[in-house]
This record gives sequence, C-alpha cells and structure tokens, in this order.
Amino acid sequence: MLAEARAGRSALLIAPTGAGKTLAGFLPTLAALAEAPREGLHTLYVSPLKALATDIARNLTRPVTEMGLPIAIETRTGDTDAATRRRQRETPPQILLTTPESLAVMLSMEDSGRTFAGLSTIVVDEIHALAGTKRGDQLALCLSRLATLAPGARRVGLSATVPHRAPLVAFLSADGRGTGVAIVEAPEGAAPEIAVRLPDGALPWSGHMGLLAAPAIYNMIREARTAIVFVNTRAQAELVFQALWRLNDDALPIALHHGSLAREQRAKVEAAMAEGRLKAVVATSSLDLGIDWGDVDLVIQVGAPKGVARLMQRIGRANHRWDEPSRAILVPANRFEVLECRCAIAGVAARDLDGDPPPPGGLDVLAQHILGVVCAGPIHPDDLYAEVTRAAPYADLPRRDFDDVVRFVEDGGYALAAYDRYRKLFRDAEDRLHVANARVARQHRMNVGTIVEAPLLKVKLGRGFGGHVLGEIEEYFVSMLQPGDTFMFAGRLLRFDRLHETMVECSPGMGDDPKVPAYAGGRLPLTTYLADRVRAMLQDPAQWHDLPEDVAEWLRLQKARSRLPGRNDLLVETFPRGGRWFLVAYCFEGRNAHQTLGMLLTRRMERAGFGPLGFVATDYVVAVWSAHQPVRVAELFGEDMLGDDLEEWMAESSMLRRTFRNVAVIAGLVDRHHPGAEKSRRQVTVNTDLIYDVLRKHEPDHVLLRATRADAARGLVDVGRVAALLKRAQGRVVHMALSRVSPLAVPVLLEVGKESVAGAGEDALLAEAEEAALVAEALGEAEPAPPPVHPVHRANAARHRKRPSGYAVGTQGRTTLRTLRGRRQGELPLAE
Amino acid sequence: MSAAPIHIAGERLMLDPAGVLWWPARRLLAVADLHLEKGSSLAARGALIPPYDSRATLDRLIPLVRRYRPERLIALGDSFHDRHGASRLPREDAARIAALAQSAELVWVLGNHDPAPPEGLPGVTTAALHEGPLTFLHDATGRPGEISGHLHPKAAIATRGKWVSRACFIADSRRVVLPAFGAYTGGLDVRDPAIRALFPRGGRAFLLGRGRLFSFTLAELREAEPA
Repeated sequence: MLAEARAGRSALLIAPTGAGKTLAGFLPTLAALAEAPREGLHTLYVSPLKALATDIARNLTRPVTEMGLPIAIETRTGDTDAATRRRQRETPPQILLTTPESLAVMLSMEDSGRTFAGLSTIVVDEIHALAGTKRGDQLALCLSRLATLAPGARRVGLSATVPHRAPLVAFLSADGRGTGVAIVEAPEGAAPEIAVRLPDGALPWSGHMGLLAAPAIYNMIREARTAIVFVNTRAQAELVFQALWRLNDDALPIALHHGSLAREQRAKVEAAMAEGRLKAVVATSSLDLGIDWGDVDLVIQVGAPKGVARLMQRIGRANHRWDEPSRAILVPANRFEVLECRCAIAGVAARDLDGDPPPPGGLDVLAQHILGVVCAGPIHPDDLYAEVTRAAPYADLPRRDFDDVVRFVEDGGYALAAYDRYRKLFRDAEDRLHVANARVARQHRMNVGTIVEAPLLKVKLGRGFGGHVLGEIEEYFVSMLQPGDTFMFAGRLLRFDRLHETMVECSPGMGDDPKVPAYAGGRLPLTTYLADRVRAMLQDPAQWHDLPEDVAEWLRLQKARSRLPGRNDLLVETFPRGGRWFLVAYCFEGRNAHQTLGMLLTRRMERAGFGPLGFVATDYVVAVWSAHQPVRVAELFGEDMLGDDLEEWMAESSMLRRTFRNVAVIAGLVDRHHPGAEKSRRQVTVNTDLIYDVLRKHEPDHVLLRATRADAARGLVDVGRVAALLKRAQGRVVHMALSRVSPLAVPVLLEVGKESVAGAGEDALLAEAEEAALVAEALGEAEPAPPPVHPVHRANAARHRKRPSGYAVGTQGRTTLRTLRGRRQGELPLAE
Repeated sequence: MSAAPIHIAGERLMLDPAGVLWWPARRLLAVADLHLEKGSSLAARGALIPPYDSRATLDRLIPLVRRYRPERLIALGDSFHDRHGASRLPREDAARIAALAQSAELVWVLGNHDPAPPEGLPGVTTAALHEGPLTFLHDATGRPGEISGHLHPKAAIATRGKWVSRACFIADSRRVVLPAFGAYTGGLDVRDPAIRALFPRGGRAFLLGRGRLFSFTLAELREAEPA
C-alpha cells in the first residue's frame, strides 16, 4: 500500500473481511502527515454506512492521539449539526470521514472548490457494496467532480473479495475506464468451516421462515461465545427473534437488528454488541457490512443464502481475524433450500463468487448531480459532459441522454415549452449553466440522496406527546390493520390503537395470532450462478449421496414419476388437481424473474383460452393454475413473449409506478422535503402516480420515463434473466403431461394462495367485494353493517376450509404465528 | 358506460362512472374540482412536474359533454388550481373550453382555489347555483339538496388479495359529493371526519370503475375507524 501511495498511484485493495484493510487504507495518510504535517483537508474517507464512518473515526483517533500526531479527524454525516458543518467547510480537518450523500451536499456548496482544493487522498470503503447501486452512481459522479477540484488526489478503494474486479477498477480510475489503478491483494484467509443443520423431524416441504429449527438455533447460540443469526427478510427477523425468546429460559441477551428499527434502537444494539454484552443478535442484511466485532465466533444463516458472495460476506462477520477459520452454520427452511445451501457451500469452497456486473448509471442520479454541480458554480455543459463521462457508470453515456437530462434539470424538458419562466437553471452568453436562484439551491440540498423509502409510518408505543418511537413500518401494512389488531414489531407484541397523522400509536399487545409486517422488496433474489449450481446438482444423482435421506428420496421419486430438470432444457409439468390444471415450469431464475414470467404466461394462457386463474413464483419455479388443460405448452414459452405483452404489462404495473416515484424523487421532480413543513409521504405517492399516467400518455419518451424503464428492466423484474431463459429454452422445452402432482411440484403448490390473483383485474375484485357486501346485506347481516372482509381474516377462513385437502395457505408475506404452527407440512401426502 | 341513478329531493340524478353527475330533467352536467393548470401552479413553486394536466383533464371531459349534450355544464369550484390558472391555460386548451361554451352554457362555481371568475373564458360565475330543489356549490354546508365537490372523496375496500383504492361519489338521500375530476387531483379518504360530518346517518360510496360504479355503504368502509 505504502509503495503505491509513494508512487502517487490509485489502488484497489482487495482483502477478505477482517484483514484490517481499513487501517491499511489510512496508513499512507498517517505516514505522510507524520512526515510533513500540514493544514487543510488531506484525506477524505467515504463509507456506505454512517455507523462505519463513526466507528473508523474512533479507531483512528486513538492511535493518532497516542502517538501525539497533530492530525484532526472528524466525521461529516447527516447527523452533523449545522455549526460543525460550517466550521468544517471553513477550516476542514486533515481527515474527514463521510457518506456519499453528505459528500454530494458538500460538493454543491459554492465554496466546495476551496474546501477540496488541497485534497491528496480519497478512501472509498466497502466499494463492492456501492458499485452498481444508485448510491454508487452518485459517488462515482462525486469522485469525478473531486478530480476536477483536486486533480492530484489519488484514490484508494477497499473491497471484499469480489467476482468482477474490472468494474471496481473502472470505478476507481480517473478516466472511468480502468486506467492507472494498481490492485493490491491480501493473501487468502483460512477457509471457513461451514455446516448445514437440519431441523429435527421431517424436513419441511415449503416455507421460508425456518422456525422449526428454533430449538436447534437456540442451542447453538447457547454454546457459542457470541453469535449472529442472519435471516433474509425483516419479517423473518421478527419471527425468529420471537421464537428464540419463547425458548429463552436462560434469559440470554439476544437482540434484534433490522433496517426498519429506529436509529437509536439499532445504535443501542450495535453498542451492546461491540461491548460484548450480547449473546446473539438476529439480523438482516443491515449487519452485512461494517463494524468489526471481534468476539463473534459463530454465524448462523437461517434460510438459504441466495448467493455465494453474500454468504461469504456474512460468514466474514464471524471471527474477524483472517488467519483463523470463520465458523458458520446454515439452517435451510425447506427442501429446496437444503439443495441451495449445499450448492452455496460448494461455491464457497471453490471460491467461486457470483454477482452481476454493474449496470450503467441512472439518469435520475445524473439529474441530481448536475443540479448539484451547477449549485456550486456556473459550468459549461461541454465541460460537465466531459467530467461526467470520466465516472465509470457514465463512461458510455450518449451525449443525447446527457443533454436531455440537462434540459430536464433546466425547465422540466417537456416538449410543450411551457415552463420557460420557471426555469431552475439559466444560460449566460457563453452558454454556461447558472442556478436560477438561491431557493433552487436550498431545495436541492434538502433533496440530495438516492435512497427512497417506501411510504413509511412511525410506530410509537403510547399516545399523544409521550411514548417512544420503535421504528418505521410500511404504510401498506398499516392500512391492513384494524384497531385492536395485534402485530409483531421490534420484537414486541403490539396492539394497534390508532393512526394519528403519520404516527402509528400502539400499546403492549396480547393474544396469539399477531400479524407480521410485510416489507416490499425485502426478499433477496437467487443469483444466476447459484441457480445454475442447484440445477446441476439436481441433474446429477452422483451428487446426492451426502444429501439428507428424505431429500434424496424426494429427488429419486421425482426421477421415477416425472423427470429431473436438465441443465440445458426447461422442464414443464402439467397435471390436474382439485378441479384445476397446474402448469409448473422449473426455470431456476429467481423469484423476480419468475414473477415477471408468471405475469406473461398468464396473459398468453388467457389468449390461448386456457382460463388461467392465478400463479405463484418461488426462487426455483413458477406455477400457473387454470380452468382448462394447457396444451402445446412449448409455444407458450416463445421468445416473442417479451415484446408487446411485456411492454403493456410493465406500463400498467404498480411496480413501474413505484419505480417512477423513486426516479421522480431522485431526479428532483418532486421533493423529499419541503422547505419548512415536511410534505407527508402519502402525498408524494399519490402525486407521482398521477404524474406517471399523464406523462406516459402525453410524452412517453420523456427522460424520466426512460430512466424508469431502464431501472425496472435492470433490477426489479429481471427482464434480462427472463430473456436469457426464453432464448435458452427455444426448442428445448420438455413437457411432461402427468396425471397427478409430481414430487418436485409439491413445495410450490404449498405456496399457492400466497400471491394475489393475476388474471382478474382490480375491477373484478371490486365487483366481488360489492357482491359479498350485497349478499350479506340481503341475508340481514348488515345490521349493524358487516365489517369489510379483511384479507387476512378471509385467508384464515380459506385456510380452515382447505386444510383437509392438504393445502396450507397463507397470504402474501403476512404469515402469522398460528399459520406457521398450523402447517403440518410433514404430513402432506404425496400419493393422492 | 352505465350510470347509476339516485334520488335526491324527488329528483332523479345519474352518477356517471367517469366521475360526473347528470341531471336528465334539466339537461345539466356537473363536474367537480378540475384543478386545471395544477402542473404550472406547482412549477411556479419549484416542482417542474409535467404541464399536460389541463390537456389530460379536458381529454376526459369533452367526450362526456359530447355524449350527454347538456344545456348547462357546471364546474363545481376549484376549476383552476389557483386564481391565475385561467391566464396560464395553453391557447389550445382555452380554445377547447371556448368550443364547449358553443354547445352548453358554462357555469363556473367559485372555489377556495379559484375565488375569482376565470380570466378570458366564456361562461357565468357564481358562488352557488340554485336550480329547483337542488343547490350546486363548491363546499357543502350541510343543508339538504346540496350537490358539491371540494372534498375529493376516495375510498379503499378490502378485496380478495389486496386493497383497492378509488375516487368515489358519496351520497345519501339529501346530498351528493362528487369525486375530483382533475388529472392531478389526489383524494381524501371517506373515513376522514370532514366527510363523516356530512353524512352522520351513513350513506353510500360509489367507487369509480371502468364503465361502472361499485357501491358500498359508508359503514362498510368505516370499519377501520378508531373506536
């Protein structure tokens, strides 16, 4: 590191978690400042986490003070008060630790040129977690800006072991194309020890919560020094935490950590963990990154890890010394997850990391950045374009897109030239861009950032002015609650009292059927790489020998009754069951891709007259059920499926509306906050939906709609994976027309009923609800008027009706404790 | 399109699923809360949202006027998002409104957003229009026979699988509140006290759908109200 620094070269330091890479990143700075002390900002450190910046500041201050070095070390985050920020701009410390958002705000200040002029080093921590995200796009643009302000500054990137290095090297390079960056690689650490722990008794057929294994997990925690229990969703975190406390007769200090909890709440857990006061913490990916906890000696992953790189990252949280092996135990929640866990372990052993290369930078982020740069001072579009294309995510940005984004920032960029008088930017005689007035700049600084939360409401224990905030919960979930309903949040059982403005007021709850908040987008999709491994394992019985006996038996049965999904074909089964026809496609492309495929398949089947009734998607398969027998199945999977059907469906989907809302907020079309009064988040939602409809109709090619479509296509719906699948499947669809359900299809059938109906539109649902109300009225049940049928209650009713036939049905993500306890999955009869 | 008939003060009124009210006996069409030029109004305050809202709103209104061929078209207030809205109206859109005035008398009821007559547009302006037993005004006062807007009612109903939220009419035997018609208008939940106060003895919400209305009693929609 020191050698690269002396040479003044940028460097990417790749080391497994725990190899002390952060300190290594700072070593050259400390050495330089010790040799030649100087005033002014010397080193800027950027981390994806505020907590990490604070932690590093603490760890760095100690040795510096002990050695008596005259180096000021400070943090600058969203929590820094205004007076400190001002002082930091006037007399910056030698070392400043910050986040991408705070950096963007600093760069939008008129005096940013002076603040950063003497900058010599920029350290980007956890760079692998930023590259390829919108925060990464923002940071890349900021780095490019810094290169203009401080041309001499070298860049140091710190990364965990990653599959694709080239994008990170490009990200760090001054030209955005990977030139002039040395790679410094730490030696491989000891190989981790990973085991699989199955729940006692029969292995579950479906479900993702892994609660059956709670006693086993509890015992492992008891025997460990300190454990982190990683789960995949926030809802699962709440449930696992609750299940562990039910068993916690020894009153072990077990805590909960996820992204919806209040910041203070999370900080408390982190502090207790750092001080070694906790025995275990149940966490989501909110703990994937960051702070070093030397004392953790066991990582437990409940549910399948969904990706090799992610598993590595999580395992790395244990035993943060690279020369000792980390210890991890995987607890699969169902049969498919057993396969996935095995494959992930094999992947880790082969050090075969997965992950997709980063997509091109978002135009919404670019819009935000352009306004920020102009807020700092006038600039010519040609210079700005040159600067922007030196940022890796925008290296190939066409000038046309750039100009459209500039036009959008200037006056909205609408074909109808109506907003000339409301311009945010104006051009001088030399065509340089200026910000129109101070209000625009003020407004911009309040809107900086690329993280847009779903509409959230604060959850408060107690009424009125008293009480304390436990965290935030999605408004969608609250809208499903009736006063008196109990739900689980922050590890507590709460009773919903009332919604007061944006505050969900609660009191301590009782009862045994609480609901669990669902969080949109909480699920991690299976990586392509891991999916391939699972497929390969299924295909090759030689690999089954070390599988648990009931899993191996299950696969043998599948081979005998139907066939196994092949590596290069697409197995599609059809069979009748319970008066309906089922079509199950074994695609192994991850839940997001299957969701999209399910939508498209149902559309096609509708046109073919099969009368599709609904579908369900898991990480492994998609299943559609219909009124009539699907025939000529291969034709359903034609590649042209991605044409008009997809366009039409995407444009109408609520997913695209949500994406548009994010894009609109990031691009600055609508405010995050209003100066003064905060606009309620609800209003933002309503407005952007209406804006979306109007814009789509009257200017479908507007730059924000282009940004929205690009976003949707690259991430949420995995169109790329669907396309690749369909291409691969051409001429290779293997259709098995069966007389009854196949063994491999059982898990997905158990998920049936968890997804909302696809075929029927909202109007059909309304008509049904109206009919139900009418019938109730006619039967004299309307006095007093019947409550609207609550979805969860209705689902409960459905579950009770259906249990005899062997179905265990829940509703979309709102699994309740009773549901879980009520699932007797082991008893499900295979032979009908 | 099937409009739903209701009876108020002995008069038969039709609620159209597009969100307008038709009084066949007087050949009168009422529409509420057009909020024309809301886009440019917000743009003036720094949010450059798309300027096509007036066009989009008129695109939906004009076919309804063609279909019903009213003698009078009443806009129940908040026809413009602010008092200078009419002067910002793009020329083509102003011309389309002028063309409407060729076939029907335009009545602009004043609203809180547009407390003055729209500049340069044809039609008469009034605080309230009394016609037979009915009163057409912006914000209901609670007297019987009122046809009003202002509240932007919407309702959410639990259906199988999801909650569906739609703009709606609310009516009982004495009054009707119309949904907001403008392209950029949001909604106020029918459980809000402001709406509840107008319908102390209950009423029905008619949720707008494609080509038909969906009707629920307010009691059915009020279940989630805190005790």
